[in-house]
Amino acid sequence: MLGAHTPTQQMLELHNATVTFSAPGGPLVRAVDGVSLTIPGGQFVVVIGTNGSGKSTLLGSIAGTVRLDGGSIHLAGHDITRWREDQRARLVGRVFQDPRAGTAASLTVLENIAVAACRGRRAGLSWATSRSLRAEAASRLGGIVPGLETRLDQPIGSLSGGQRQIVTLVMATWRRPDLLLLDEHTAALDPAAADRVVQATARLVREQNLTALMVTHSLAQAASLGDRLLLVHRGRIALDVHGAAKRRLSPDDLAFRFDRLRSADQLDEAAARSLSELYV
Amino acid sequence: MITLLSTWTFGVALGFVALGVFVSYKLFSFPDITTDGSFTLGAVVATVLLVAGVDPALATLGGMLAGAVAGSCTGMLHAILGIEPLLSGILMTTALASINLVVLGRSNVPLSGVKTLLDRAETTLLPAARLLAFEGAAAGEAARLGFMLLAAAGAVLVLYLFFRTRLGTAMRAGGDTPTMARALGRNTGALTVSGLAIANSLTALSGAIVAQYQGFADVQMGIGMVVWGMASVYLGAALVGQVRLGGALLATFAGSVIFRQLVAAALRAGLDPDWLKFATAVVVLTALVAPRLLVRRHQASVAR
Repeated sequence: MLGAHTPTQQMLELHNATVTFSAPGGPLVRAVDGVSLTIPGGQFVVVIGTNGSGKSTLLGSIAGTVRLDGGSIHLAGHDITRWREDQRARLVGRVFQDPRAGTAASLTVLENIAVAACRGRRAGLSWATSRSLRAEAASRLGGIVPGLETRLDQPIGSLSGGQRQIVTLVMATWRRPDLLLLDEHTAALDPAAADRVVQATARLVREQNLTALMVTHSLAQAASLGDRLLLVHRGRIALDVHGAAKRRLSPDDLAFRFDRLRSADQLDEAAARSLSELYV
Repeated sequence: MITLLSTWTFGVALGFVALGVFVSYKLFSFPDITTDGSFTLGAVVATVLLVAGVDPALATLGGMLAGAVAGSCTGMLHAILGIEPLLSGILMTTALASINLVVLGRSNVPLSGVKTLLDRAETTLLPAARLLAFEGAAAGEAARLGFMLLAAAGAVLVLYLFFRTRLGTAMRAGGDTPTMARALGRNTGALTVSGLAIANSLTALSGAIVAQYQGFADVQMGIGMVVWGMASVYLGAALVGQVRLGGALLATFAGSVIFRQLVAAALRAGLDPDWLKFATAVVVLTALVAPRLLVRRHQASVAR
């Protein structure tokens, strides 16, 4: 039953989650390598990692775009391991890296919001937009970006990337999701727009007391945002800090840890190469 | 007078194909070749039912439903089996070529002596046509055209209203940006199947009406219909430019009527009917390329 969940429980539980990719003719790659993770309700978790570390695959396996090869995922008391992407959307709100992926360009701003207002419900044959939806959309959007409330009837494709991401954020949280997934949602924006989207994100997460998982490339965001930080490396969680330790983290600390991981990698590869030279 | 009216009637009848192609191609970005097969299917099913003595309205509805089934099959080939849109349509329309022949029994069946939906409409609307000062055979043709226009207006209105409901809006979103629709809990496969069912039921409705208008069904009559539909969609879009849903639906319909007038004019001017489909292809090509060329010229002039 939806809504039977109490906030004190664990919201998201990954148990030994594994995703394996095989490049054609290449070796098997464990993009997610037996990750176990629990996130309590109301926690804002920031995820960082190098390119190819598996952080996006981890997010995809929670959203349902990537199937697990092993392990399980529980969300808000449901075993969602075998749920399809559109079924998981009952519980999950998402914002993508590409503003074009999260909104339908040919629909108006209000029509996009109307689709979001039905997230996880039967669509049915009642009117998509109504006066009350319009009023609520105007107040919610205008509260974040003054002026946006006057553009409800324009195609959303006419908005800037940053404005579109803010509308996508409002859409993802229109009905309070059990989990908000943000997949590098500021990476495609210019710094000023990225900053506005980050502020809107922090505000919505705080106001609705959301459980959120945000992947980012920005070490500054990773240091300043959220209650907990995960550093993903080679499909595993290499670092997990929260509480006071998280608050003490600076972007420089994170850059230093990144470099250490990278150099450890190179040592591994060099060792592997010398071993293979010995035995082949 | 009658010839002029009849090119109008034909243009309106084929406008349902244009609406179908608008739904599949413009709303779902699905180039649906099934159109050729489902146009014939609608004609064939309606004709067989009429010959068997079924009420004309029910026979027309039967043709429409058959088209919906064909469209859902194409949708399922794509959504469930993962076959790409063009190939799904080609497979379905190839299969329909046999199905249409089997249903009709032979390649051509006349509707002589059978009361059709258009005969009924003519009887009902004849007084109105006479009031508008049409006389003799022209009054009958005008009554048929009047019926077609009413049916067309009804179809445009129903589509417009439907695509503004929650379900219809979700379908448009799914056709536009599948990632967004799935992230908001919509099963995009199911949306595509329903969209193609709607599109092909409109196409089949057109086939059923055309068969009753011309007085026979022929297994070849659907050839080139998808191109006709696209020509109408593009002509309509070229006429009105960027408009909302309602405007685009009306423009599509207008595109079909205008295109029929162009074809009639070309034939009157001495175009060999053998070259008709060629000319249609050229019109679609022009409609596809011209806007892009215009934009490029505009950009070049702005850059200068």
